[in-house]
Amino acid sequence: MKGFILSFRSEFYKTRKTMGFWSAVLLPFLLCLFVFIGFFAKSDDLMKNSGMELWLKFAAPILGVMGLLLMPMLIIFIAYSVNSLEHKADTWKTIFSLPIPKLSVYAAKYFYAFFLLFLCLALFVLFTLGFGNFLGILKPSLKFSEYSIASILTQIYFKFFLASLGILSIQFLLSLLFSDFLKPMGIGFICTITGGILAGNGWAYAYLFPYSHPMMAMKAFGQSTKGGDNHPSAMPHFTVEMLTKDTWVSLAVAVAVFVAGYFIVLKKSVK
Amino acid sequence: MVISTQNLTFTFGSQTVVKSLSLRVPEGSIYGFLGPNGAGKTTTIKLLLNLLKTQEGSIHIFEKELQSNRIEILSQIGSLIEQPAIYLHMSGKENLLNRALLLGVGEKRVDEMLDLVHLTTAAHKKAGQYSLGMKQRLGIALALLSDPKLLILDEPTNGLDPNGIIEIRELLVKLTSVYKKTVFISSHLLAEIQKMATHVGIINFGELMFQGSIQELEALNKPSVQIETDRSVDAANFLKKNNIDVAEVNDHCVFVPFTSKETMGEINALLNQNGYTVYSINKQQQDLEKLFLAITQHA
Repeated sequence: MKGFILSFRSEFYKTRKTMGFWSAVLLPFLLCLFVFIGFFAKSDDLMKNSGMELWLKFAAPILGVMGLLLMPMLIIFIAYSVNSLEHKADTWKTIFSLPIPKLSVYAAKYFYAFFLLFLCLALFVLFTLGFGNFLGILKPSLKFSEYSIASILTQIYFKFFLASLGILSIQFLLSLLFSDFLKPMGIGFICTITGGILAGNGWAYAYLFPYSHPMMAMKAFGQSTKGGDNHPSAMPHFTVEMLTKDTWVSLAVAVAVFVAGYFIVLKKSVK
Repeated sequence: MVISTQNLTFTFGSQTVVKSLSLRVPEGSIYGFLGPNGAGKTTTIKLLLNLLKTQEGSIHIFEKELQSNRIEILSQIGSLIEQPAIYLHMSGKENLLNRALLLGVGEKRVDEMLDLVHLTTAAHKKAGQYSLGMKQRLGIALALLSDPKLLILDEPTNGLDPNGIIEIRELLVKLTSVYKKTVFISSHLLAEIQKMATHVGIINFGELMFQGSIQELEALNKPSVQIETDRSVDAANFLKKNNIDVAEVNDHCVFVPFTSKETMGEINALLNQNGYTVYSINKQQQDLEKLFLAITQHA
């Protein structure tokens, strides 16, 4: 465990000045900032909206752009960046000849990639809430304070996180095996498009394909919004079903790839 | 013995890269592991560090079996394999601090290491901007960081200028003589190893061709008598007729194996008395480099 913690801290120390780390911070910040600016400029049109509508309108474009477009790319990039660090510096041989169990070194790297994605999604929640509330203070005519979206937003992003673990682990393994960016990127890109098409067309077995999971998580949220629209007078109560079968598949893939990856690392001669 | 291997064999696909290697590295020695490029040196080093899994034979380091005592053994080894592994986006000091974090070593030791390899002034410069020699020195600082009992260095003087090479050599000699460390150093240059090694192992095509102390290696190296005459080919034939072995002849000189000073005098007299003019006659140690070539080409 000590070896794992040391390796994990070292991962942070190594990446804290790289694009891999900062993209996980800047992406949520910039996306939320852009929507904030848009809302600020159009605030007069939005005054008639209720607090709940405002929050949904505020969070939806961020979620949409993120969930459908940027998240798969971000996952591919995060998985690539934690591994390319060692490929570029030719340091695999060094980290695997440290007096630390190979499993700790490997697991620390794997969970650090998970941590980066978690950080990014947590920041999405924080920045969405932060910018929303800030907008409410700057423009008191916008009724952001009437409604709290914190709980549901956290649940949605957490569901996103769970839905992404399958892809992240596959991309992690690809980036571990291939030192160049093109192979994992190309494979990831094709699979993401395929996954999008499968989930978009509602193919019955799409839940078995990890690259479909983020889109399926998005759809789950879409349905609950519609549910809200049906009863506009009442304050709708959104729920996110956290552990759907696609989420289980995502988790199972993550565990399986983690184990497989470890044996590949053990077998693979360190170049 | 700090390192001892028994019949270590390693195969990549159908190619045997290391063939029943039995290394014996005594404590406190500087063991020069020599061989031409592609002889299996780096593979052997990777086996010693458990980066490659032992297929056949066994490895004992500090008298303990490597596979089952991996962590304990690795905690006492510092290594530098091929080109130094350095994160180029981090400064030299950050590279050391990162390793110090993993090894549980304090910042004071990091500063000492920077000082030792003369990188204190460049400590905060990005390692990507370092010259090859600076990178190599940083690599050595990284290897020494945990104050290991055994240093395994794979071609550590690659890319260093003559001053840098001398510095590293002096540092390694000091580490073994003052701090009682053991150094296992690989190289394809005998001349470089000869100046510091106490023991030598010569490997070619994965096989150990020679192993022993540097004195034993030098003993293999028989001296010869170099004779410069006016007619070297005729002189050689003349010596042969008089039952004197001739090792080599060229346009200027005749080489005869050295047996004693007296024989040298007799040869000189014999040539002079028979009308050959001897310009010079002297005892010569054969170049170790030639010996190295002879040993490695013998295979």
